[in-house]
Amino acid sequence: MLHFSDLQGSLPGLWEGMKVTLQMLIMAVLGGMILGTLLALARLSHNKVLAALGGAYVTYFRSIPLLMVISWFYFAVPLIIGWVTGTNRPIGAFTSCLVAFTMFEAAYYAEIVRAGIQAISRGQMNAAYALGMTYGQTMRLVVLPQAFRKMTPLLLQQSIILFQDTSLVYAVGVLDFFNVAYSKGNITGELQQYILLAGAVYFVISFSASRLVKHLQKRMTV
Amino acid sequence: MISIKNVSKWYGDFQVLTDCSTEVQKGEVVVVCGPSGSGKSTLIKCVNGLEGFQQGTITVDGISVGDPKTNLPKLRSRVGMVFQHFELFPHLTITENLALAQIKVLGRSKDAAIDKGLKLLDRVGLKAHAHKHPGQLSGGQQQRVAIARALAMDPIAMLFDEPTSALDPEMINEVLDVMVELAKEGMTMMCVTHEMGFARKVANRVIFMDRGQIIEDAKKDEFFGSPRSERAQAFLSKILAH
Amino acid sequence: MHYHWDWGVFFKPTGVGSEIYLNWFVSGLMMTLGVALSAWVIALVLGTVLGVMRSLPGKIASRIAGAYVDLFRNVPLLVQLFVWYYVIPDWLPDNLSNWLKQDISPVTNAFITVTVCLGLFTAARVCEQVRTGIQALPKGQSNAGLALGLPLAQVYRHVLLPQAFRIIIPPLTSEFLNIIKNSSVASLVALPELLAQTKQLVDFTANQFEAYTVGTLIYFAVNMLLMFFMRWVEKRLRVPGLIALGGK
Repeated sequence: MLHFSDLQGSLPGLWEGMKVTLQMLIMAVLGGMILGTLLALARLSHNKVLAALGGAYVTYFRSIPLLMVISWFYFAVPLIIGWVTGTNRPIGAFTSCLVAFTMFEAAYYAEIVRAGIQAISRGQMNAAYALGMTYGQTMRLVVLPQAFRKMTPLLLQQSIILFQDTSLVYAVGVLDFFNVAYSKGNITGELQQYILLAGAVYFVISFSASRLVKHLQKRMTV
Repeated sequence: MISIKNVSKWYGDFQVLTDCSTEVQKGEVVVVCGPSGSGKSTLIKCVNGLEGFQQGTITVDGISVGDPKTNLPKLRSRVGMVFQHFELFPHLTITENLALAQIKVLGRSKDAAIDKGLKLLDRVGLKAHAHKHPGQLSGGQQQRVAIARALAMDPIAMLFDEPTSALDPEMINEVLDVMVELAKEGMTMMCVTHEMGFARKVANRVIFMDRGQIIEDAKKDEFFGSPRSERAQAFLSKILAH
Repeated sequence: MHYHWDWGVFFKPTGVGSEIYLNWFVSGLMMTLGVALSAWVIALVLGTVLGVMRSLPGKIASRIAGAYVDLFRNVPLLVQLFVWYYVIPDWLPDNLSNWLKQDISPVTNAFITVTVCLGLFTAARVCEQVRTGIQALPKGQSNAGLALGLPLAQVYRHVLLPQAFRIIIPPLTSEFLNIIKNSSVASLVALPELLAQTKQLVDFTANQFEAYTVGTLIYFAVNMLLMFFMRWVEKRLRVPGLIALGGK
């Protein structure tokens, strides 16, 4: 049933697709975590306006579908970049998707980071302040390093979800791993085989990664 | 050195401090005691601005704590504080705990900061533990490190917020010994504590607080000789009965 | 770059019958809610069964449910959908396969496929919530039930599950909201739900900004309404003196 006429010939293409997937993943994870951390700090800020803006951002992006964001940004990002820079340079679907993932995932990372910061006792902040540290130093040197240690498993878990979600770029034609597999299947008339193959690859990667995270979590709690 | 004048503080409708006034002179050791919830910890946290207050003034070395123009981080870097739960930074080694604020706040070189930290660590008798993380030390040891961490900033005064109340009984003395030594060297100290033995040994004055008010503020001998207020008498008899 | 703003576009006729573009949003939303609710029924029933299996003392039942969860949580939803849409029908008995492919309309076919896909996908997540809820209960509860002479099934039915479900209302709520959001992948197998209708409007009118703004706001509004509704439900069902886990 799972017979491929020329799997070997497809492998280089699939590998290229996987590279696109991983590239998207890594950049979106980094961007999302940085933006997410800033959002979490905004939400916890004493400045009411900043806190409300951070809260609104998170609530908004958490209540709309990722696929909607991808579709919208696919057309909006080039327009907006065009307006801002005044040029008409074409922006690829990859860039649009990257912006979409970064902004969308930031809302989810923000909630994890916020919970992590709140789990650090008030006494730690007081101790840092009592030593004369500023807010920035307290966060950077004392609170965030501890918070990130506690949050690592959750951040990784969220990144595994993001890895799976990158397959949605299929909708706007980015040639990621899944889209390449789908196209190969269409061309060779072996669509079913290629879809199952793609599923198996995603499964093996996600499954092993989540097992690793669970292992890490156990080691950290000891 | 520390001057507290008519300080009042509210949490919403609830008044936690009512018209508190006292002074701590340079080189003086003042012990603050009172039942739990009496506002003594809140008062000491107001001294370095960890807690705000709505009325009155507090000045430390002539600088007003409540003034919004005051550079609080700078002021705090000159006042040491020791906490009930030690609050060492668990992700850093003991050496790093001692050096961090020296480097980042005072701008000392890494070498100078580590050197200074290790000297103070030696002074509290823990030099052998320099490379460990706080979680590997006993409570008493952690609190001694916390004292060394505060001293590393060359403070003009030290605040102690119930430094022994989270410790197992057998560890209390090792911390008190360090504090007694510090007092004898002439450090200006304001200590919230129930350790009346410590108060008898080194305090110049004892302040008794109850329900957010300073009920009694007397020389040590007067306080232990004949406390004037009934509440202080009741408190003392309860504590000394143990 | 020129862009012609026209917020009145939604009230213009589509050219199909007497419809205006706004109707597309309405029908899209109905389709989204229809698919989400049908899938939720599957997810809740199957997820509860799996969650109970996960919490049983026997190893075999727990392993089977565990394998189910691993499988459905580690394959992307889009890939699962394509498996259901392109692969599974060929594996079915001929008469069922023909019924899906020929006898019913493509939209009905897509509706059934998406419902099954989302239902089974979400069941894995519901399973984990139910298990967490059961395990959060003190061990004494099941012992007390058994000591009263109740068979294990009745202990679950009358003692454990009623308590567990109250605890996990907040996470279950977010799973239901997830189903609504996840149902947007159905647009990729041509089910005319909210996202598909929004995209169609984009193609027809060239008023992309307006279309996507309104489409997004509808998802946002539905989410908010359901969230407030479930908070209200949660309060009504709260047992006095019982502490809720995971509540805010």
